[in-house]
Amino acid sequence: MAHATDTTGTEPTRRDFLMLTTGAFGAVGVGALVVPLVSQLAPDAQVVAAGAPIDLDLAPIAEGQAIKLFWRGKLIFVRNRTKKEIDEALAVDIATLRDPQTDQQRTKAGHEKYLVVYGSCTHLGCVPLGSSPGEPKGEFDGWFCPCHGSHYDSSGRIRKGPAPLNLPVPPYAFTADTKIKIG
Amino acid sequence: MSGHSSYQPKTGIERWLDARLPIVRLMHDSAVSYPVPRNLNLLWTFGGILVFMLVAQIVTGVILAMHYTPNATMAFNSVEHIMRDVNFGWLLRYLHSNGASMFFVAVYIHIFRGLYYGSYKAPREVLWILGVIIFLLMMATAFMGYVLPWGQMSFWGATVITNLFSALPVIGETIVTFLWGGYSVDNPTLNRFFSLHFLLPFMIAGVVVLHIWALHHVGQNNPTGVEVKDVKKDTVPFTPYATIKDLFGMVCFMLVFAWFVFYQPNFMGHADNYIPANPASTPAHIVPEWYFLPFYAILRAIPDKLGGVIAMGGAIVILAFLPWIDTSKVKSMTYRPIARQFFWMFVLVCIGLGYLGAMPADEPYVTLSRILTVLYFGFFLALALIGIFERPAQLPTSIADSVLGGSGARLGHATASEPQAKG
Repeated sequence: MAHATDTTGTEPTRRDFLMLTTGAFGAVGVGALVVPLVSQLAPDAQVVAAGAPIDLDLAPIAEGQAIKLFWRGKLIFVRNRTKKEIDEALAVDIATLRDPQTDQQRTKAGHEKYLVVYGSCTHLGCVPLGSSPGEPKGEFDGWFCPCHGSHYDSSGRIRKGPAPLNLPVPPYAFTADTKIKIG
Repeated sequence: MSGHSSYQPKTGIERWLDARLPIVRLMHDSAVSYPVPRNLNLLWTFGGILVFMLVAQIVTGVILAMHYTPNATMAFNSVEHIMRDVNFGWLLRYLHSNGASMFFVAVYIHIFRGLYYGSYKAPREVLWILGVIIFLLMMATAFMGYVLPWGQMSFWGATVITNLFSALPVIGETIVTFLWGGYSVDNPTLNRFFSLHFLLPFMIAGVVVLHIWALHHVGQNNPTGVEVKDVKKDTVPFTPYATIKDLFGMVCFMLVFAWFVFYQPNFMGHADNYIPANPASTPAHIVPEWYFLPFYAILRAIPDKLGGVIAMGGAIVILAFLPWIDTSKVKSMTYRPIARQFFWMFVLVCIGLGYLGAMPADEPYVTLSRILTVLYFGFFLALALIGIFERPAQLPTSIADSVLGGSGARLGHATASEPQAKG
């Protein structure tokens, strides 16, 4: 204590050094402890493993029909679109869209009749209606979300209502003419 | 406020304990001799009612947790098991689910009481902010509790509310994945919500202790908003006066509570929640529990996702800033002729938003929600402006005067404006 009195802002003392290093070690330790505490919140190995890619045969889906399936716990719509629906999707002026995307960007070349999108409204995650017969398809021949009134067109693009984005297209590829692998 | 302790340990054991842990003294000073303004009306019993409701929710909740299974495949059936197989399980569950609603009934009355009588003004800002924190914790607790039965409303309510966080730029999606513990609301989500639903009530209890501490430090507000000037004249001891009045309020409140539990136990719930959760099908109308409806209406009123989330959060957070928004020095609306009109309009706006929150997202409800959302925030702007030009009615010189008819001298200065003697 004796030497601490006359060191007014000049030379750092040995005590200052000890304080700083102790504080630094403590901060690193607390920071390291936060990692497992936060990291455990993330999807665990089992959940990740269950999210492996899946194969789907599109042949049973008739024209104008849509099916629903789950991948990674998320609902996916696969729709075999009619000629009218495809034409409507192509006819839209991209500049008028809230989330501008062409129909080509949302389908695979040569397989334009198949539309694969996540079945979760981009507003707050409800399931839009329009996949099963008899359900309202909204004003644009696509989907209608009953929760807050978002309308999606036959390309799954947002056209009206509070949702900010188009229904996202999940990662998938054609493995054969009527077979896809999602994931 | 309380001054010197009036506790007198009588027996040797009490003196022995008092010298080592003065806990009896603390209880005595805060619930027996603690001076309360003599003019408190029945609206002041809701603090006690809320403490009762918190204890009731913790007791019934801890018991329910003994019979409940937090697993996505078993949760729904375990709730039905409680309803059908567990002795008095139906009663405990209905007490808990209706208790949540009654808790919010009481807290809304408590908040509006504070708004009307200016209980947020100096020196009670911290007390008020602690109250807003309790309100937020209550909302989080109630939301997660509603998810636990894993019915359709549970599942889709959880989906909608957790997706609110995806509106945040850049980090939004990551936060949502970490909330879910997966790629959608599923078993890991249910597990963590159960854990947090068990924890949060005890955090509420902790903040309630701070809330009461702050209250007992600054003293209670009262219907006149005039501070206590003479403890002898203006106050009465907590026991028996406030104790009996609080008990009376509690019993009346319990009558209403019991009526719901025994005669209309599902009145405040949704039939859809008796359908097991189905991730492939959204109920036709997703509606939150009634106590969230005004905020839900504000969320839906804004045609932009992030904007809606900000408006909804702002509608609650703005309450915390009220002590600095309101520019008037006069606390009680009783003496504020203009602000009082706005207060009652605000009450109607909140009820109207609650009604609109329950309606489908169609016209004319969307437009009406927008108008009422503007009016909701307009109230706070009005409070900021009215205080500048409003001429308040004459305040009583003291609490004692206001209830005992006052002294003769009071008639003399009927026009002398004394807005507030003490901050």
